Amino acid sequence: MIDLSTFLPILMAASTPILFAALGEMVTERTGVLNLGVEGMMIVGALAGFAMAVATGSPVLGFVAAAVAGAAVSMVFALLTQYLLANQVASGLALTLFGLGLAALFGKTYEGVKAPAMASGPLGLNWVIWLGLLAVPVIWWFLNRTRPGLILRGVGENHDAAHGLGHPVRRVRIMAIAFGGAMAGIGGAFISIAIVLQWTEGMTAGAGWIALAIVVFSNWTAPGVLAGAWLFGGVTALQLQLQAGGANVPVQLLSMAPYLATILVLVVISALQKYSRRAGLGAPGSLGQNFHALR
Amino acid sequence: MNEQVVFQAEGIGKSYPGVRANDDVSFAVTRGEIHALLGENGAGKSTLVKMIYGLVRPDQGHMTLLGETHQPSDPRAARAAGVAMVFQHFSLFDALSVAENIALGMENPPARRELSARIAQVSNEYGLPLNPARRIATLSAGERQRVEIIRCLLQNPRLLIMDEPTSVLTPQEAELLFTTLRKLADQGTAILYISHKLEEIRTHCDRATILRAGRVVDSCDPRALSARELAAMMVGGEMRDIDRSGRIAGEVLLHAENISISAATAEGTALKNITFSVRSGEILGIGGVAGNGQEELLSVLSGETRSPAGSVTLEGRDLSQARPEARRMAGLLAAPEDRLGHAAVPDFSLTDNALLTASGRKSLVRNGLIDRAAARGYAEQVIRDFDVRTPGPGTAARALSGGNLQKFVIGREVLQAPRVLVVNQPTWGVDAGAAAAVRQSLLDLARAGAGVIVISQDLDELMELSDRFCALNEGRLSDPRPTESLTLDEIGLMLGGAHGMAEAQI
Repeated sequence: MIDLSTFLPILMAASTPILFAALGEMVTERTGVLNLGVEGMMIVGALAGFAMAVATGSPVLGFVAAAVAGAAVSMVFALLTQYLLANQVASGLALTLFGLGLAALFGKTYEGVKAPAMASGPLGLNWVIWLGLLAVPVIWWFLNRTRPGLILRGVGENHDAAHGLGHPVRRVRIMAIAFGGAMAGIGGAFISIAIVLQWTEGMTAGAGWIALAIVVFSNWTAPGVLAGAWLFGGVTALQLQLQAGGANVPVQLLSMAPYLATILVLVVISALQKYSRRAGLGAPGSLGQNFHALR
Repeated sequence: MNEQVVFQAEGIGKSYPGVRANDDVSFAVTRGEIHALLGENGAGKSTLVKMIYGLVRPDQGHMTLLGETHQPSDPRAARAAGVAMVFQHFSLFDALSVAENIALGMENPPARRELSARIAQVSNEYGLPLNPARRIATLSAGERQRVEIIRCLLQNPRLLIMDEPTSVLTPQEAELLFTTLRKLADQGTAILYISHKLEEIRTHCDRATILRAGRVVDSCDPRALSARELAAMMVGGEMRDIDRSGRIAGEVLLHAENISISAATAEGTALKNITFSVRSGEILGIGGVAGNGQEELLSVLSGETRSPAGSVTLEGRDLSQARPEARRMAGLLAAPEDRLGHAAVPDFSLTDNALLTASGRKSLVRNGLIDRAAARGYAEQVIRDFDVRTPGPGTAARALSGGNLQKFVIGREVLQAPRVLVVNQPTWGVDAGAAAAVRQSLLDLARAGAGVIVISQDLDELMELSDRFCALNEGRLSDPRPTESLTLDEIGLMLGGAHGMAEAQI
């Protein structure tokens, strides 16, 4: 019943939006910033990318616009949390609501419009999928093998110590927030430009929340994020094939499956980590805490 | 100017809102010298060294390093100029490895493999063994400090600043540290050593600059002075004559027997074999620098932490397993140090805050429902009797000044007529008028026959209030001694950690 030649491409396509968003959020959280606005940044990226792709006929420009738009709305969050020292959880939730509303407002004119076709890359997979896969080792290498990556991790682990040693805590965090926004924007645009090929209100459908969950599930590592994204993509592909095969299961249950599976795995992994020796080592030490230097 | 001078400060001043942290501070550190910066907590030592390390900018004054103007805009600039610093609270990253921690503190760290080799080389040279691959989280306090020191040594500093480095070390680790420091000084590094521990300064330092209330009091050779002379300079001032009349020490009310509690958090202090008793009509003063077990002791007495059965008894009744409310009903009340967050809920009204501790003793709750009128009445009584300046009992605790809120917190407990009241830092950050009112209320409470325990860093306050005095140092409580026979010098010694010396002088 499961046909691998269609299963794998669907898995790759379904996991890519989550992969981008979760990689971006993982980098942001490694600097100690918890940005719950992923969903909002994704939907803004989805609309901005779609609009640009339609206007220029170029999906490439669409993805560039999505990254810029995602980073731009993330700067609202950066302003609130890094300069005004607002609560990160509340600001992130506000960003999600803001992004969903903003995209719904400006998206009205794009309803029913069709996206320009994208050229497919190697093995018949979209080149953005390859870019996402490439980002995993690059981000891993950046975090673990470069000095900027070390400073980034240091800022997230102990912002007081990083400041005491003269590292620019706020600047590092703002750059990471912008990166997270750009990645979320690309992830969102992948849904509108490469998967659905049109604009619908609320089309990210909770992908941003799954991305946030996967960051925890990954223990804040790039390979872990890839594994989580593939898990979600795999269950999505599976349930789509079950639907197509006319399985005798209510459609609502099947559509729910990817979310349910991800959350279940997350719970199990967290429970296991609690009893392992590496417990608590994954989460950055300063996650979610604001930093203010007295001079 | 002497060419041997490595660092010189002239007329340094720094103000924070409401605080003059440093005022006209001048001193010089010469090559190969271990120079002590001595002072009580809050004397301005940390602010001063933060300015040298570029974390804080001075408002006035001028600093020179190796004859050149020293105005670091950030710690990187200070490091480039040849200043290195070991922080009081370690500036380490728990989840990172030793090598990564050291790389974060260097301007241009070499490649990973080369860095590991250099760490191994330097750690062998100074007898400070370290494995570069280990995570900080797995290291002891002494090993963590080695990481900080090696991080500094790898940059060949001209001036090495150590901010209270021995406060977290075992005596053996401290000895090792001084051997290392002496070796460094002999090689020509100037060392600025910050501490309030008199004995180690007398034994190991070449010069001492003494700070009190942000000003330089004196500069001297600590080896030529006794610990008591240093303590007098550090603490300063004459004892005030006060009237302690009208109080008669009666029977024992509260007895603590051999309380040992391990630290609840990594930052906490373990309590070790604490034994004392308080009589009716008596005020017991517990001195010591904050962070030596003060908060832990208060929470053992208030009931936030349980202790082994039989270790806390009030009038013969075992309360060691009782919850805070049961202890209040029995007559043991407490007012913690942190006004906003521990002693009071910042966003609650004064009425609600009064309710939080007085509901049982003052019968402000009937059949599980709050008697609002009675609660407001009690809050108004506290406000009236303790002269709390506020529009009314509906005001949020956050809106009150520190002194007014402290008067309210103390008044809330005092008016419940406790048998024993425990207060921690009762006048910390409180203006003089309110502080006097709070102290007077504690004296009055004792005069009425209650026992009072005052935990404080303020020596003048303890001298003024307490009948007997003991010092809490690293979780250990010294034997209480009658305050009247104590001199300020002896108290300074008890606090400075010169264990046993005070007893020897009786």
